[in-house]
Amino acid sequence: MKPRHKRLAAIGFGLAALGVAATLVLSAFRENLVFFFTPSQIAAQEAPQGKTFRIGGMVQAGSVQRDGVEVHFLVTDTAKSVPVVYRGALPDLFREGKGVVAQGQLGADGVFRAREVLAKHDENYMPPEASEAVQRAQQMEERMSKTLK
Amino acid sequence: MIPELGQLALSLALIVALVQGILPLVGAARGDAAWMGVARPAAQAQALLVAFAFGCLVYSFATNDFSVQYVVQHSNSQLPLHYRIAGAWGGHEGSFLLWCTMLGVWMFAVSLFSAHLPEEMTARVLGVLGLVSAGFIAFMLFTSNPFDRVFPAAADGRDLNPLLQDPGMVIHPPMLYMGYVGFSVAYAFAVAALFSGRLDAAWARWSRPWTTVAWMFLTLGIALGSGWAYYELGWGGWWFWDPVENASFMPWLIGTALIHSLAVTEKRGAFRSWTVLLAIIAFALSLLGTFLVRSGVLTSVHAFAVDPKRGIFILGLFAFMIGGALVLYAWRTARIGLGGAFAPVSRESLLLANNVLLAAAAGSVMLGTLYPLLLDAVGGGKISVGPPYFEAVFVPIMAPALFLMGVGPLARWKRASLPELAVLLRWALGVSLAVGLLLPFAFGEWHALVGFGLTLAVWIAATCALGLRRGLRQTRSHYGMLLAHLGVAVFVVGVTLVKGYDAEQDANMRPGDTLALRDYVFRLDAVQGVNGPNYRAAQAKVTVTRGGKPVTVLYPERRVYTVQEQTMTEAAIDTGFARDLYVSLGDPLPDGAWLVKAQVKPFIDWIWGGCLLMALGGLLAASDRRYRVAMPAAQREAAAEAAA
Repeated sequence: MKPRHKRLAAIGFGLAALGVAATLVLSAFRENLVFFFTPSQIAAQEAPQGKTFRIGGMVQAGSVQRDGVEVHFLVTDTAKSVPVVYRGALPDLFREGKGVVAQGQLGADGVFRAREVLAKHDENYMPPEASEAVQRAQQMEERMSKTLK
Repeated sequence: MIPELGQLALSLALIVALVQGILPLVGAARGDAAWMGVARPAAQAQALLVAFAFGCLVYSFATNDFSVQYVVQHSNSQLPLHYRIAGAWGGHEGSFLLWCTMLGVWMFAVSLFSAHLPEEMTARVLGVLGLVSAGFIAFMLFTSNPFDRVFPAAADGRDLNPLLQDPGMVIHPPMLYMGYVGFSVAYAFAVAALFSGRLDAAWARWSRPWTTVAWMFLTLGIALGSGWAYYELGWGGWWFWDPVENASFMPWLIGTALIHSLAVTEKRGAFRSWTVLLAIIAFALSLLGTFLVRSGVLTSVHAFAVDPKRGIFILGLFAFMIGGALVLYAWRTARIGLGGAFAPVSRESLLLANNVLLAAAAGSVMLGTLYPLLLDAVGGGKISVGPPYFEAVFVPIMAPALFLMGVGPLARWKRASLPELAVLLRWALGVSLAVGLLLPFAFGEWHALVGFGLTLAVWIAATCALGLRRGLRQTRSHYGMLLAHLGVAVFVVGVTLVKGYDAEQDANMRPGDTLALRDYVFRLDAVQGVNGPNYRAAQAKVTVTRGGKPVTVLYPERRVYTVQEQTMTEAAIDTGFARDLYVSLGDPLPDGAWLVKAQVKPFIDWIWGGCLLMALGGLLAASDRRYRVAMPAAQREAAAEAAA
């Protein structure tokens, strides 16, 4: 092979390798994206069943019930709420009336089975998803009350 | 009074930094020795001024000066002294002051250890560092001043986040920042070389020890952070692919690529423009890491909308430092030339492959970390990318890199022979395959991924042994490299075995109840109340036995920090060479039972042990004598020739 051909082959090989890597990364990326839904969206049946997603909102005051290793609570965005069940110990930042984000799947019975309840490294932390859920619900309410007037 | 002194010192430091940034650079361009001579004293003066300001902030924390806003936000009079001091870097403003202090330490070091450099180079490097420092001090003074007062003074502070009240928190951020900021020296060397237009082997040689030391600190910083998360967050994970962690991991990956690329540039004069680019990117990612973690953008991308001044200032700094360097790069790079040629099978091409893989890894971490933020910023909705993505991407990218790591150090520069390498490596390959196939049986179960991971780890260790045997009269930097590679092998063993064989169980336990996990039996003896300096806690006594013989007694706690009524799980860990026993105490249940989580984590400490070996390897390599002596004239000519 002439040096020019060698260089072309090397460049071609490099591009092919990069293409494979990019395909791999992007497909892994697409498969593992986790979307976010608010309790109102779940009530409106916009959330998929049998697929992992995140919900966010506030832990409804007085709704936390321990049942052995399982714990049940309601996540609310002030308009609608979703029952959630989780196995295991909750993170330290979990408290009634405070923001929470849970990742898991929605069962056919309308109960969200959380595989993960998220805790972060911050003190006065309102998880962004939780505050977004509450904001959206409140905006919706405002719009409703305006149209009613 | 003290905070005002700090403020004054900071303002003076800004002026000195500007002088240090402008005069030497102009002097170097015009060949004016007097102006270039300003660089060293200015750098030292500036470093002392910033350190003094930092001392003032620490003093305000130590003496509970609750008339300073930042102290009110991050401290409390009940807090023990060492955590009050650590509180100085517990928030946004203080973090930036720590950043600048570290930059001062680096500048001071450069001004001391640059006697063997040409005067022009020293002037340019310190000049560039002066400009970086000026940008950061201005950012603090104009948008995030740690010395702002509140009037009237608060009665007491709001306390430091209990999660941060940990010995790890006292040393983790300074280490991490030493690493982040250290890349500014590599960056300054690169920009200085771009200014002069002389990117040669000599430049790479000067830059190498600084880059390696920065990398060493970053490695330690990340390992400390990971260890802290492991025992402090209470649930036994050591890496969560959290944006905060990724922000420090990206500069580490690019910094690792940079170390290897610098080796090629020094030894062979090749990869010059690529090395410069990596130096710029490594610093860019360090900046990005600092800003991402400390600006609140991760909690909410809309944080900037609340305080747009900070956001715009940060973008401006970023555009000036990184954009400016890239423009200079584009302008100069045509003149740099390519350097020595090499064959498809040679140490150069293997290191090139290593660089491509590390850059690809950094790119994929960046995609997973920044894409959700960008999408949210443009109003595209909230998504998240979890560990499954990073794991799916990392194994296929890093596996070939680990394999090549065994080959690279043994291949010849310029042209290596495949048959020769094959003969040299066949035993290492045989041994590693055999261990990978058989060793998992010793743990009871055979998993393909465990076998694969162990094969790679043994492969690296075996090739390190080959490298040690081959040349008896080797340099310190060679031994450093081998030690760091051995650290990677140890790290891989830890990750593989924890991933493959860790066991955990949650249970409701009343005093007297037992729980069996693997060969261990955990018995909850009692739970009693205890009081700490600023918390009250429920403390469990858990006795662990194995085959009836006592192993250890663990005391996990569930603490409530009284200032913010914040609950904290304080796990109890029995550390061992081949396994950790990890017990955390969860919520109390109505019927007098407690939620207890027990875990057995095989070989987890090897993860941090590996990191420690990597860092020690870096230290050994950086201490090589040849970096400290001026290059003899004959060698300098040879290097120039190789570069031409």
